[in-house]
Amino acid sequence: MSASAGFDVAAVKADFPLLAKRTIDDKPLVYLDSGNTSHKPQSVIDAMSRFMEQSYAPINRSSYRLAGEATEVYEGARRAIARFVNAPSTDEIVFTKNATESMNLIAMAWGRANLGTGDVVVLTAMEHHANIVPWQMLAAERGIEIRWIPLTDDGQLDLTDLDTLLDGAKVLSFTAMSNVLGTITPIQRLCERAHDAGAIAVVDACQFVPHNVTDVQAWDADLVAFSSHKMCGPSGIGMLWGRMELLDAMPPFLGGGNMIDTVTFGGFTTAPVPAKFEAGTPPIVEAAGLTAAVEYLEGLGMANVRQHEMELTRYTLDSLNARFGDDITIYGPDNVEVRGGVFSFAFRDLHPHDVSQVLDGSNVCVRAGHHCAKPLMKVLDVGATTRASIYLYNDESDVDSLADGLDGATDIFGF
Amino acid sequence: MPGLEDLYREIILDHYRTPRNRGELEPPAVKTDGHNPLCGDEITVYLDVDTSTGTGDDATVRDIKIGGQGCSISQSSASMMSQAVLGTSVGNTKALLRRFKSLMGIEGVELIDGDDATDLGDLEALQGVVKFPVRIKCAVLSWNTLANALDQAAADAG
Repeated sequence: MSASAGFDVAAVKADFPLLAKRTIDDKPLVYLDSGNTSHKPQSVIDAMSRFMEQSYAPINRSSYRLAGEATEVYEGARRAIARFVNAPSTDEIVFTKNATESMNLIAMAWGRANLGTGDVVVLTAMEHHANIVPWQMLAAERGIEIRWIPLTDDGQLDLTDLDTLLDGAKVLSFTAMSNVLGTITPIQRLCERAHDAGAIAVVDACQFVPHNVTDVQAWDADLVAFSSHKMCGPSGIGMLWGRMELLDAMPPFLGGGNMIDTVTFGGFTTAPVPAKFEAGTPPIVEAAGLTAAVEYLEGLGMANVRQHEMELTRYTLDSLNARFGDDITIYGPDNVEVRGGVFSFAFRDLHPHDVSQVLDGSNVCVRAGHHCAKPLMKVLDVGATTRASIYLYNDESDVDSLADGLDGATDIFGF
Repeated sequence: MPGLEDLYREIILDHYRTPRNRGELEPPAVKTDGHNPLCGDEITVYLDVDTSTGTGDDATVRDIKIGGQGCSISQSSASMMSQAVLGTSVGNTKALLRRFKSLMGIEGVELIDGDDATDLGDLEALQGVVKFPVRIKCAVLSWNTLANALDQAAADAG
């Protein structure tokens, strides 16, 4: 159990029916893939079922009372998210399909309106493909230049030449927490440096928001993308927060119902933000679940979640290194102040696919592959890594199971 | 769950630890690359086809080399594949391809008359992969890359 006061990880785990009850081969699951997607507490599952049983209806379209009730539930999720990330206005929260769509919205709507040939976008070498490919699509379309912030040996951003990189840049778009290295970047400082250079600051906060206290105003960011499914909420709904001046000036991304003010045979005008960016029927049931997820996390307290994960991160780094020594290479910083609970590693000469296969034999769920960060794999000079990632429901016994499983891999491959 | 011993048979581990026919071939041998976008595995097949024995299916795989990196399943499959096709006819290579993909349960693979007589040899050891559907892609990566190499060699031969 975690030593942090007021955080009872056993009680937390019991809130997640799949983790508490599901077995394979009559054994419980050791889920260490929350960087991929998180499990859902009973309250989220119940909220979605209850909404469908009692209140489901179209939103923002029909005038009967049930539709009003459903609309209220959907808009309630917007209020919950605004509160959760300390957005100054609820209207600045846009719902999308996922964080990837949020990043595409930024590149395509803001980018197309503001970037032309020769304009510079600065990214980092540890970005997820979702913060690379949309910009590369834009580069192919209109010849923008992409520059990359390099990494230090321990997997932090090397900001030595940041001034040069930002010179003339219009956008700095970076991850708040690497999905491969766990590195937490100096978000506030990067936003400030971007603004000093006359660029906007875009933050991919997909990995950060589920694990930390988030305050987009303290960051002084401009546009921030994150997703529900990594923070105990359902898949199918993602979020974009942006400063109203920017959102207001941006053209729409997808066209269709809900996003218009009026449509004639000659053209259309757009609805105000956030409806302008929410074309078509949105993820209504998912919004109901998302509110429950936010309330669940607020009930635990994000500072407590972070404290628990910092302690478990320390334990993971120390116990794996102590047990396997030179046989394991864990990428990313050792300082848990600047690291979240994501552990990409190389184990002996074994390929990550084989490591994850053997771990699956003892129900330990990890990810093997390039983690949608192929340029970063190039920097690390590997084709793939094995990645274990923790969340609020994990404890030291889960990490011990991972270590025991790695011993099993040694046995099978006979190294 | 099926046991890991079904997957990691000794012959597979042997080919993984000691891969056969690793290396490169210079042009005019053809070179094709295969990727598994999910996991980042990469296979390069170098194929030297001898048309002095005949054209089309009667041509012979004079040499084959394998490059790239990947897991034990993709690497051992590539190694066993290289052993099975080296020195054999293009027609027989294609039959092996169909037999192997059929063994892996790949949809849309139609065996033709005579394929049954094609001996998969060591490759039969990979049958256990079928019980681990996620890994089938690993096992067939080198074969799909070989298929592209055969197409390219045929195109080069005009």
